[in-house]
Amino acid sequence: MVNAAIVKQLKELVGVQNVFDNKADRVTYAYDAAVLEPQLPAVVVRPENSEVLGRVVAFCNQERLSVTVRGAGTNLSGGTIPQLGGVVLLTNGLNRILEINSEDMYAVVQPGVITAQLAAAVEAKGLFYPPDPGSQAVSTLGGNVAENAGGLRGLKYGVTADYVMGLRFYDVEGNLIKTGSRTVKCATGYNLKALMIGSEGTLGVLDEIILKLIPPPRARKSMLAVFDQMERASQTVAAIIAHHIVPATLEFLDNFTIRAVEDFSHAGLPVEAAAILLVEVDGHPGQVAEESEQVEAILKQMGAKDIQVARDDAQRDRIWAARRSALSALAKLKPTVVLEDATVPRSKIPAMVHALQDIARRFDLAIGTFGHAGDGNLHPTILTDKRDKGEWQRVEAAIEAIFDEALALGGTLSGEHGTGLAKAGFLKKETGQGAILLSRRIKSALDPNHILNPGKIIGA
Amino acid sequence: MADMHALVRLMREVEDQLASCMRCGMCQSVCPLYATTGREADVARGKLALLDGLLREMFDRPDSVRERLDRCLLCGSCQAGCPSGVRVMDIFIKARAILAGFSGLSFSQKMIFKGMLAHPALFDQLTFWSSRFQKLLTRPVNEMLGTSCARVMSPLIGDRHFKPLADRPFHHEVPFLDTPAGRSGRKVAFFVGCLLDKIFPKVAGDVVTVLEKAGVGLLIPQGQACCGIPALSAGDTQTFQRLLRHNLERFPVDDFDYLVTACATCTSTIKKLWPLMAEKEDAGTRRRVARIAEKTLDISQFLIDEHLLTDVPSVGRASKPAEVTYHDPCHLKKSLGVSVQPRAVLNAIEGIRFVEMEGADQCCGMGGSFNIKYYDISRDIGERKRRAIQASQCSVVATSCPACMMQISDVLSRGGDPVRVRHVIELLAECWKDNDNYPSTH
Ligand SMILES: Cc1cc2nc3c(=O)[nH]c(=O)nc-3n(C[C@H](O)[C@H](O)[C@H](O)COP(=O)(O)OP(=O)(O)OC[C@H]3O[C@@H](n4cnc5c(N)ncnc54)[C@H](O)[C@@H]3O)c2cc1C
Ligand code: SF4
Ligand code: SF4
Repeated sequence: MVNAAIVKQLKELVGVQNVFDNKADRVTYAYDAAVLEPQLPAVVVRPENSEVLGRVVAFCNQERLSVTVRGAGTNLSGGTIPQLGGVVLLTNGLNRILEINSEDMYAVVQPGVITAQLAAAVEAKGLFYPPDPGSQAVSTLGGNVAENAGGLRGLKYGVTADYVMGLRFYDVEGNLIKTGSRTVKCATGYNLKALMIGSEGTLGVLDEIILKLIPPPRARKSMLAVFDQMERASQTVAAIIAHHIVPATLEFLDNFTIRAVEDFSHAGLPVEAAAILLVEVDGHPGQVAEESEQVEAILKQMGAKDIQVARDDAQRDRIWAARRSALSALAKLKPTVVLEDATVPRSKIPAMVHALQDIARRFDLAIGTFGHAGDGNLHPTILTDKRDKGEWQRVEAAIEAIFDEALALGGTLSGEHGTGLAKAGFLKKETGQGAILLSRRIKSALDPNHILNPGKIIGA
Repeated sequence: MADMHALVRLMREVEDQLASCMRCGMCQSVCPLYATTGREADVARGKLALLDGLLREMFDRPDSVRERLDRCLLCGSCQAGCPSGVRVMDIFIKARAILAGFSGLSFSQKMIFKGMLAHPALFDQLTFWSSRFQKLLTRPVNEMLGTSCARVMSPLIGDRHFKPLADRPFHHEVPFLDTPAGRSGRKVAFFVGCLLDKIFPKVAGDVVTVLEKAGVGLLIPQGQACCGIPALSAGDTQTFQRLLRHNLERFPVDDFDYLVTACATCTSTIKKLWPLMAEKEDAGTRRRVARIAEKTLDISQFLIDEHLLTDVPSVGRASKPAEVTYHDPCHLKKSLGVSVQPRAVLNAIEGIRFVEMEGADQCCGMGGSFNIKYYDISRDIGERKRRAIQASQCSVVATSCPACMMQISDVLSRGGDPVRVRHVIELLAECWKDNDNYPSTH
């Protein structure tokens, strides 16, 4: 238990200015972006260098204090909601980009570096870090790795895991563990780095991350196509892929979302459309020219009612503004926003969209769906008011129905937002009890006192 | 122990608005305070969570929440970028009022607001006399910027390079003016505002010059008062309401087409906060406030939107054009979405080459009384601005708000940078003045 003596020792470890034990400060570290009840930590600490980070972890283990590492606190699954009376460990004192190596194309960062800031620094050196979660302006790379965050470019460029070359992390006893390397290939030892990716702070605390960088695409082209049937839009996605074209981004908005965006931004979107597809191809200029023509032809052939091709950057921005404002447009409709990310195999998107519309009707809820059509990752967004108890019960039932549907279609509960607390109770449905038991054995081996972010992923 | 139930009842007023925050954390990317401190209690999400905590009766005293709520620049960056459209500024202003009403104002706040601001005539006299005395306390450090630093170290003044009060406030020069609509066919009322009146009377004079040259009729009523923002941000709604009523009497809404100001903060207060705080007034007052708010424009916005800058005389006898950059005051760009027009004014001036600085719309860190209470943080935020100005390599930084002018002068002067801080309107007014070494210092 955290008492005055513990707080005093923490102050000695990290410095008085980096310990927050006033209740008002603690209240501001009790939540994240998930719609879940906040839990008040007993104390919040902010180490300012790697060594101190390790000592804090070891100290908490020795004192049996639960520790929840917090980056920007933007995850959508409750991963940074601490245990009542536990310790919150902030990483924003560890926010230095340690190296950007243009020759070998990698970057080494501390976990608190903000995603967009790394992307900008890398771009300034003529390179490219592709993972671009919608929260990149605030999310940290530690949080990205610990959630295996995705983004709009997942289809062609993959997710965070595809860029982690190596990691350095503290185990629960405060030993510094190194896994992976600065090399493109690495075949030594167990792949501990794979275990750490997506582990949501339950197995160790990330201290340094080596990230792969790539040359940026030289050209890109964006298109928007309007469909009057969801099936058509979805078949179009399949057709594009069948032509062996892999767009950098292939997004869709459903009718509900189109209406919300149009009401909000008056961008001239067709409010009667069943779906809008947004496509961007990138790469070598010649390839981009060829592929964009092909995509345009496919869009026509598949019966798109209207096609807009961006001729310049301004038009490109206009096209993407619709997608970028999807969440804000929906969020403004109701006080509470539940953003799910059930994911299905690409070909099952029409079935999933139908199921979602059916669920919205069945539970009498407003659900707007948009997302990454190219990789099957949908964002059904439930708009509600959590203070309305009756409706909230229907929301919970609807979430379960969405999970069931995604699994029935051969999909997963979460494409990118992680398990956290929100989905821990449903994990068994997807993985079966065996995987959970094995995971718990791994957890017990690495964290015998169960102090690292308890309750997340595999339950208590 | 305070009666927290009573407070919770009062807080219900903002409950619905509080519920619209989805805790996404996106405000972290724009909050100048959070960028400097990295503390969640400093960013809107944290503050809203604290207010939520008050509502949920998590606290048995409101003091610690109030203290954190007050640590804010009220710059509105969070609201401008909020995906959920949370009306953060409305919530903060209302909550400050509720908490001040509940816990009371501090002694010095009472002295300033109730004793001075609420009585415009007394306030004018006091500041007039203190301008005589401050000469004894301060010495000019940086001629170019016209700031003074403390000769006698006083705890309030510290080592800041602040703008001294002018020898003669604007209302001594021009106590009253009422001219008919000229060739433009427009008549405007000029809301001068405290900082222009008492610290930058020259800018106020330049506003008059420019409007006269543009053929615009002017109404400058006698005895206008403060717009009320200092009182309101301290939660003193009583003083605010007094000032509001006082100003409503001075500015008969039917007598002018527009009300212009050269202070971003006044413009935003009149347009946004007057209507918000008039919610509880009678229907007649509400209507008057709404009509005034509708007619209120920033001076550059007025000149450009009304196409009044068609025959600006050419200036620029200086051999090479002055390179001028522009700082967006939060209260213009983030609160009102006005950013194009001040740049258009600069571009209309021959002899100026406009250069966009990096992060032109990043807060300068002034934040009214924030600067006084949290001077060190305010200075850190200002330093970022200073670096951006330096990087633009301009010799002049223009802006549209006297409060920003004070803060930027302070950071530049402290760093000894040879950059002049000017109001957009000063640069414009010089086009009509016979001026050999354009643009001049003062
Ligand atoms: C508006 C919005 C849009 C979003 N868009 C996307 C999107 O497009 N794609 C996507 O994948 N996600 C998205 N997210 C979810 C979220 O932003 C991501 O999960 C992101 O990776 C979280 O980063 P963070 O820094 O906020 O981490 P936090 O929320 O602070 O932490 C996330 C998890 O990582 C753990 N953790 C953090 N740092 C460390 C460390 N150093 N060592 C060990 N564990 C650590 C925490 O304990 C927690 O379990 C979005 C969220 C919002 C609010
Ligand atoms: S950006 Fe808006 S909704 Fe998101 S946390 Fe900040 S105030 Fe709340
Ligand atoms: S008003 Fe400005 S300082 Fe205050 S919380 Fe919002 S962004 Fe931060």
